[in-house]
Amino acid sequence: MTEILQLVLVGLVVGSIIGLGAMGLTLVYGVFKFANFAHADLMTLAMYLAFFVYVDIGLVGGHIGPFSFGWGMIAAVLFAWAGVAAVSVGADRFVFRRLRARQTGLLNLEIAALGIAIALQAVVQAIWGSAPLRYHHEIHEAWTFAGGLKLKSDQLLFIVLMPVLALGLYVLLHRTRLGTAMRATADNAPLAEASGIDTERVRMATWVIAAALTAVAGVMFALQSQLRFDAGFEFLLLPMFAAVILGGIGNPWGALVGGLIVGVSQEVSTEWINTGFKPAVPFVLLIAMLIVRPRGLFGSSIGGSS
Amino acid sequence: MSALLEVDAVRAGYGSVMIVHDVSLRLERGELVTIIGPNGAGKSTLLKAIFGLLPVSEGQVRLEGNEVTDEMPSRIVRLGVSFVPQTENVFPSLTIRENLAMGGYQRSGDVDDRIAEVLGLFPELAERPGARASHLSGGQRQALAIARALMLDPKVLLLDEPTAALSPVRRGEIFDRLQAVREGGVALLMVEQNAREALAISDRAYLLVDGRNAHEQAGPEMLANPEVGRMFLGLDSADGEDGA
Amino acid sequence: MLSLDVLTPLAGELPLLVTFSGGVNWTVGFLTTAAIFAIVALALNVQWGYTGTINFGVVAFFGIGAYVSALLTLDPPGQFENYVGGLELPVPVGWVGGMIAGGVLALLVGLPTLRLRDDFLAIATIGIATILRSIANTQEGLVNRARGLNGVPRPLEGMSRDLSIDYDLVLLIMTGLALLVVFLVVRGATASPWGRVLRAIRENEATTQSVGKMTTSYRIQSFVLGGALMGLAGAIWAHRIGTIAPDSFDNLTTFLVWTMVMVGGSGNNRGVMLGALVVGFVWFGLPLIQEELPDFLGSRVFMLRRIAIGLLIVGFILARPQGLLAEEPRVSRFAPRGEGGGGSGGGGSGGWLGALRMRLRGRPGEGG
Repeated sequence: MTEILQLVLVGLVVGSIIGLGAMGLTLVYGVFKFANFAHADLMTLAMYLAFFVYVDIGLVGGHIGPFSFGWGMIAAVLFAWAGVAAVSVGADRFVFRRLRARQTGLLNLEIAALGIAIALQAVVQAIWGSAPLRYHHEIHEAWTFAGGLKLKSDQLLFIVLMPVLALGLYVLLHRTRLGTAMRATADNAPLAEASGIDTERVRMATWVIAAALTAVAGVMFALQSQLRFDAGFEFLLLPMFAAVILGGIGNPWGALVGGLIVGVSQEVSTEWINTGFKPAVPFVLLIAMLIVRPRGLFGSSIGGSS
Repeated sequence: MSALLEVDAVRAGYGSVMIVHDVSLRLERGELVTIIGPNGAGKSTLLKAIFGLLPVSEGQVRLEGNEVTDEMPSRIVRLGVSFVPQTENVFPSLTIRENLAMGGYQRSGDVDDRIAEVLGLFPELAERPGARASHLSGGQRQALAIARALMLDPKVLLLDEPTAALSPVRRGEIFDRLQAVREGGVALLMVEQNAREALAISDRAYLLVDGRNAHEQAGPEMLANPEVGRMFLGLDSADGEDGA
Repeated sequence: MLSLDVLTPLAGELPLLVTFSGGVNWTVGFLTTAAIFAIVALALNVQWGYTGTINFGVVAFFGIGAYVSALLTLDPPGQFENYVGGLELPVPVGWVGGMIAGGVLALLVGLPTLRLRDDFLAIATIGIATILRSIANTQEGLVNRARGLNGVPRPLEGMSRDLSIDYDLVLLIMTGLALLVVFLVVRGATASPWGRVLRAIRENEATTQSVGKMTTSYRIQSFVLGGALMGLAGAIWAHRIGTIAPDSFDNLTTFLVWTMVMVGGSGNNRGVMLGALVVGFVWFGLPLIQEELPDFLGSRVFMLRRIAIGLLIVGFILARPQGLLAEEPRVSRFAPRGEGGGGSGGGGSGGWLGALRMRLRGRPGEGG
């Protein structure tokens, strides 16, 4: 029993990371209506941009409280956010916006996103190499809780951070003018335009907000395992899409819950099946959802269902 | 003094397919003007061209004497013209209040006051401002679409078949609201298939055929015109949407 | 004797996408590789170019064809090997088996997803590629895990020895013939009434459905045909290369084939074959000039070419969406709606959305 609970706990950690990443993915999906196949590689980029500040520049060192990283990590995450936002907005300006204006169909945007993903991954590999990296090499002891459950302080932070960030996104989307405009643009972009909303500005804001989630989730992933140039396609893309579809496309709260479901079922499944089948778990969930309820558990609207 | 809105020999369409060939009309302050005509006459296309949703390839659109031909919709809204599309005219996952707030996106500061004012015109919406648009009935949704378009205090309201797909009772309600809107000083230019009811409350009406002006008359007189009635209003038959 | 130097120059650069030593042998080897990729590109062209169906897991269909054909034709597993099959069947049976496997996989993936949104299939195909590789790598007793399958029989090797013809040349001719047959089949299929339905689906699924065609069924047929041809190409590859391992079937293969199709011209069969040749030349040729490049580039040539294919896809979509050879002008997907008679979207409900799109695209006179 403890063993299963321990797997559930780890699953929640992994699910928090997938869920945060999926929230950014689904936000873009909702506003832009296309599946951004570069999203996972933007997450990879975020890990490495943080690595650049934390290790290459050398803000490494010290600890914030019980955590494995020091204050430099805050700067690193902010830098990663700025970098991912800049790349996303740049890709939109030079690629996605032109394709939107040309009305050649959303599938062309998805193929272009794939091209950007390939290039991003190769750029990361060209700069930082193929070998896996870590932010630090210290041994980080896990805490033992009642019943013998083990959890590292970082992991506890991830589990806590996810609802905090989700709440922040909720406030942004529902309590601010910009957030409401984002939901309006996702609902009906031409009407938003006809209402006098500057939809292009809303779209740029969407990229920037998604970039924040991407940066945090990317760094969390790298802290939890390691930095890998191919992490996007190998480990992140499928679980995140499964989370998005489970929760309903464009629905951030759905993506969050979907992420936790994917994370927990992935980890718990290893109790019974070969770890090689682990990537099959989100896939099976995804296909099952498509067959049973393609609109997702919570319906697809960016406002979420009440 | 120039008319509030003038359309002068406009030609417009989709891509290279022209639907409106040569249409001129004017709208004075405080007027309610209806455009009728058979299907495919170019009524909706004309509204879209005025609002900048479709390019105008010839002719001019003037607002208070200033040319606004081919401006982007976002700028035309700023100049005081709002548009109510026939379908997909609300934000379904937003609440009534949020829909209105988005309609007033360009207002600074006093959005809540304006929402209260607009809701005063639409009691059916004022009852539950927290309801999502997707949960509203067809008539309520149409009311919301009109209310949203009023948020910026427009001088001109363009309406594309505001009562299509509504029951007669709901239609009557919408027309009542539109009259109230006009009494508030907003000029309305409306495309309508339910021509009899629309003409009864219109100051003037234009009949379009094949993308050209065919006839112009005061609304009730147009309604009484036997030629128009027989050909385009289907007064002989029960079907009000009969086309030529 | 292998004329192909199967190099793994850097960790992460995988052996499917081999590099060659220079000279005539390089050319023969390159053309053989390009012909195999041309088959895959034709297959993707059936799916994407003609039907508008996205398959981001091309390598899964290619890989399953390679594995099934190998397992059908290999000797039974030896002492240190552990795999199913090893039936010692003739190579042509392996090819057919590979084709069937690719088709069946396409059916399994397509059935639940093809009736839904287009992008669901894109996601599902990425998934299937990842999963199959992961399972092949870890499941004991299935395909010999990461150690791979060795000694996959090479067709006609004995005959080439008897006639003392260079085996690489035999392989090239054989692959070229396979390509020719696939080309004729695909051309015949896409020019037939069946192909016209596919294009109609691509242009406007809603209209086609209203005409009464079962669009989902047609899309599945097209997807299965494409999957089967990818399986065939994989089978040819396995017997040509002799050794296959799970990690040689990674996503790069998928990306490369997409680049070939986008560069060559979606919807044009000759175009995508040209794309296979051109993109293949960039991909396999770039390492040849590694020595000539300044060191900081030379040492990164394998990443550079990946950046290059990513940028090629994006660049072609932006600047030349029709590819090098445009689709023969029926009604092109790239013709803006409304011009050339596609005005059906103008009138009906929701038409105002179309209107704004039209407006955002600019005035009619420009470029029309």
